[in-house]
Amino acid sequence: MRLAVQPLLSALDPLRQAEGLEAELRLTLPSDIRLVEDAVNVVARHLEASFVDRHTIRFNLRVALSEALVNAILYGNGEDDAKGVAVRVLFGRHAIEMEVTDEGGGFDYRYLPDPTLPANRLRPCGRGLFLIRQLVDEVRFNNTGNSICMILRRA
Amino acid sequence: MAFNVRKHSNGVLVIEVDGQLIVGNRQELKQRVLDALEAGDRKFLIDFTKTGYIDSSGLGVLVSLSKKIRDEGGDLRLAGLNEDLKTLFELTKLDTLFAITDSAEQALTAF
Repeated sequence: MRLAVQPLLSALDPLRQAEGLEAELRLTLPSDIRLVEDAVNVVARHLEASFVDRHTIRFNLRVALSEALVNAILYGNGEDDAKGVAVRVLFGRHAIEMEVTDEGGGFDYRYLPDPTLPANRLRPCGRGLFLIRQLVDEVRFNNTGNSICMILRRA
Repeated sequence: MAFNVRKHSNGVLVIEVDGQLIVGNRQELKQRVLDALEAGDRKFLIDFTKTGYIDSSGLGVLVSLSKKIRDEGGDLRLAGLNEDLKTLFELTKLDTLFAITDSAEQALTAF
């Protein structure tokens, strides 16, 4: 299945450019997990040429964005066809900000069990957000908990 | 994306993950292993030599299969993880849960 919505690419205002973020990529995808790989590929392809470290794109970004999209589609939107997931990526040579927003009611991101504790290690789920936190430099949520912002920085 | 399954001469069922092990195909892998377990297989090797990516759902299915196989007195081993995939196992401390070897050949001689 191909990604139905084409990304929009635009330059950022001078204020954000001063923070090292030069361009913005936006795409919206329907709540279908089969589209996650294509969406991640679209983002990675656009950023690879300009970001300083390709491995960060291929590994950290790929894992973090995939996990955030799957969470948004499965748990945020409950795979509801009528709901979409908005992806907004601001990027420059040394910094990437990825925002993934679903149309769900959000969740309490402050309480998440540590999947590496012996008591949780045999649980089949609960590793997605943990991996995101491990692989990006900063994670923020909005107050509702339906939008995650993941920041990567490389010198 | 495909799962190539073959029976090695020493009775180990080798499952090669060609592509990715992710939320979209993890159930297929799970069902294949559970069917084989039901049919009497007890030794399993999942070969990730041709695998580019495993997501958290894929890790989760490996955890749940490992438990089911152990409950039946069987053995599940993993092989062929690239450096990035090894990092995912290390971050989640799943490297302590599985017997992991560099190559499928090494794993097959270790059974």
